[in-house]
Amino acid sequence: MDILYNILIDPFVQMGSAPDFFLQVLWSGFVAGTLYSLIALGFVLIFKASGVFNFAQGIMVVFAALTLVGLYQAGVPAWLALILTIGAMFALAWLVERIVLRNLVNQEEIILFMATIGLNYFLIGFGEYVFGGEPKPMIAAELGLPTGSTTFEPFGGIVIIEHLDVAAVVMAIILVTALAIFFNKTRIGRALRAVADDHQAALSVGISLNQIWVIVWFAAGIVALATGIMWGAKSDVSFALQIVALKALPVLIIGGFTSIPGAIIGGLVIGFGEKLFEIYWGGLLGSGVEGWFAYVIALIFLLFRPQGLFGEKIIERI
Amino acid sequence: MFYREVGQFKTNYTADSQVFPILQDKVGIIAMLVIAYVIIPMAGNDFFITTVMIPFLVFTLATIGLNILVGYTGQLSLGTGAFMGVGAYSCYKLTTFFPDVNIIILVLLSGFFAAGVGIIFGLPSLRIKGFYLAVTTLAAQFFLEWAFIRIPWLYNYNDSGAIEVPQREGFGVILTGAAAQPVTRYLVVLSIVLVMTWIASNIIRGRIGRSWMMIRDMDIAAELMGVRPLYAKLSAFAVSSFYCGVAGAMFVFFWLGAAEVESFDINHSFLFLFMAIIGGLGSLIGCYMGAAFIWILPIIIRALPEALGLDVNAATVEHINFMMIGGMIIFFLIVEPHGLARLWQIAKEKLRTWPFPYS
Amino acid sequence: MNVAVKPADTGSDRANAPEVMLDIRNVSLSFGGVHAIKDVSFNIHKGEIRAIIGPNGAGKTSMLNVINGFYHPQVGEITFKGETRTQMRPYVAATQGIARTFQNVALFRGMSTLDNIMSGRTLKMHKNFFWQMLRFGPAMQEEVEHRERVEEIIDFLEIQHIRRTPVGRLPYGLQKRVELARALAMEPELLLLDEPMAGMNLEEKEDMSRFILDVNDQFGTTIALIEHDMGVVMDLSTRVVVLDHGEKIADGTPAEVSSNQDVIDAYLGVAH
Repeated sequence: MDILYNILIDPFVQMGSAPDFFLQVLWSGFVAGTLYSLIALGFVLIFKASGVFNFAQGIMVVFAALTLVGLYQAGVPAWLALILTIGAMFALAWLVERIVLRNLVNQEEIILFMATIGLNYFLIGFGEYVFGGEPKPMIAAELGLPTGSTTFEPFGGIVIIEHLDVAAVVMAIILVTALAIFFNKTRIGRALRAVADDHQAALSVGISLNQIWVIVWFAAGIVALATGIMWGAKSDVSFALQIVALKALPVLIIGGFTSIPGAIIGGLVIGFGEKLFEIYWGGLLGSGVEGWFAYVIALIFLLFRPQGLFGEKIIERI
Repeated sequence: MFYREVGQFKTNYTADSQVFPILQDKVGIIAMLVIAYVIIPMAGNDFFITTVMIPFLVFTLATIGLNILVGYTGQLSLGTGAFMGVGAYSCYKLTTFFPDVNIIILVLLSGFFAAGVGIIFGLPSLRIKGFYLAVTTLAAQFFLEWAFIRIPWLYNYNDSGAIEVPQREGFGVILTGAAAQPVTRYLVVLSIVLVMTWIASNIIRGRIGRSWMMIRDMDIAAELMGVRPLYAKLSAFAVSSFYCGVAGAMFVFFWLGAAEVESFDINHSFLFLFMAIIGGLGSLIGCYMGAAFIWILPIIIRALPEALGLDVNAATVEHINFMMIGGMIIFFLIVEPHGLARLWQIAKEKLRTWPFPYS
Repeated sequence: MNVAVKPADTGSDRANAPEVMLDIRNVSLSFGGVHAIKDVSFNIHKGEIRAIIGPNGAGKTSMLNVINGFYHPQVGEITFKGETRTQMRPYVAATQGIARTFQNVALFRGMSTLDNIMSGRTLKMHKNFFWQMLRFGPAMQEEVEHRERVEEIIDFLEIQHIRRTPVGRLPYGLQKRVELARALAMEPELLLLDEPMAGMNLEEKEDMSRFILDVNDQFGTTIALIEHDMGVVMDLSTRVVVLDHGEKIADGTPAEVSSNQDVIDAYLGVAH
């Protein structure tokens, strides 16, 4: 009975008795969720346009942040470092298209997936070789990001809201809106959707696959950079981030691999769920549950809705 | 010119379905066995045997396990490392309870625990395919990693949190622990790996293996032809995890000597996936090739600066190593997506008609 | 090829007491708002060649999918060999003796021709995991027995030369033939053929027609086939059922069906 009480009732009693703390947990879940959404967004962009499940998205986040910080530490002014990093992400997109995608066109999905794992390893080695493997602080203040915090006092307690977190959320909203407009309203966006639907058909009406791929990988690179800046400002820039980036996978499961709104909602579900579970239920299992909770949620979710939250029910044909 | 099958006729179906139907192949295999069983134990030094051969064989077995699942049944798994961990930890607990039982028996028994865990985490495969399944195996990976830390019973409440291999005997010879001779450990590992490879090849060529490949190539048609997806997929998960579990137990007991959870982390899972891909999905001989390539190449890269008299620090070599492996994977995928095994097969076909390919 | 004669005389001697092998009653199937099959009933007699025809999108393939349990109809009953069912898994249909080929070739592309046909024997092989592991004694004996049976089918369909070839490398016509071989390896009582001659040239069609008649004749296999080539349908089939927009519009001998006004309208269109 004790166990049942601890699982079913006690956590809610705690939530009710300290509402300020509960709000704080919710907020941190929201921020974490936003960042998960951003990483997942990078995955979705590339998956939609090229059918490639880009395992290297996580390392692209680290790589972008490292380049930015590394350039700054080498004496380049912050604004110039930012521009150069964007340039580097473009170069990366171009090289990936030239060297990897172009040579692997029409291969099976799993082959392309493997190639991105290869890319993942290459970028880890390259990033550490150039910038060193030790964690570095993000240059948040130098980039003009707010660093202070505001304290609220609801329910007689205190809730601290970091301005940086607010900036992260605002930036995520701006990015998503921009991408949505880009996808739905521009000529390139339409070409992108055509490519996503059927490579050969898109080619036959004169859409250049190569150009589309560069654009998409570049867009994913920009998203990676934004994610890297925000995440790096919260905790240092290091290769440990890539494990966190793997959490984008359960996010994608919940949201569906091709849906941008799905990525956002999936990210939030995982963010909230993970933080709440860790704080209120984690103690029962001996903490550290954050490492696997997201995957298990995704697993349970899959058993009931294999096509994801926004995916359509698949009718198999033969 | 020498590699010909002319004049070698098969008069019954048993002879026709052998693994090595061509005489020259049989001679080659016997030569390899002589090298493995006689020449390496006699001529190889301890460094070569412990650093190169034992891990190569253990990784080959893990790769065979993974290949059964990915290459033969088409179910992508990113949790190999964790399944190896299950084997290692269960072998450790078994030998704690039964210190007098032959350690080889316990190593093989621990495979059954891995198989059980594999079946549990394989259940979602009945509804889920492709990358979605990969995520559920990630769930297995991270959940099991967590369990290896949070359940102290698994490592006998050691302060270090590690499992340390005790000295154990089998057939009156010391097989594990610090006192065991490298050559002894090598011969045990070699024998287990070879026997299990032979068994894997038997399963794959028979009814069960065919039903796995049917699921892989076209699951709907397979079901319409009477394959029950439940049995086919779960048996693949069970056999695959059994192999990974045995590999994991050997990994710790015959090679590392002590292991923490880091030995079974996701990077190891990827390592075996690389070995399977580079070697060739759906090929047993490819598992040997892939493991050799991925394991031995970095050893050469590490040794190279010293041999050339260059002064490069160890970290840099490690970074270059990562870049090399990443680059190699992409290179191989572009050149031959079906891996070294396919290259080998093409070479053999060329050899059969050499030097007159059009005659 | 005296195709025209045979169905006529087999039809006449079964006309007295045709044994119903498969009976479909009032089957309806829909996906969301799309009605693929609307209240269709017909039956298949033991030993006959039953053609299912109709314009594109008439629900023919869906009908086959319902028969072998891949789709589950919302309404209706199916009786096969006296056993009635509404829902079942496809492998149950396979165990009951229903085999099929597919409109878009569905071979196991990673396997050789021989392995593909051997895979048709899956249900007939029973040796357990232990013997499979050793591939010795009973397991090997079983393997050889079934190999002999498979070789007979290979001889029958004249595909000896491609035994070892991976099926992905075969030309389309041969792939269709291997698919038929795979279905025959199951030794089915009811064989469903989904457009066995689509995309073939005249010579290949003649070969395929010969094989279908031989299968029906030599093995006594009941066959249901979907085909667009009316010449082939009229020559091969004992009886024909015509579907249009998911509804049955005609059912009878080839001669009856080809003179039916609804069928002519469905195929040629009517002035409104």
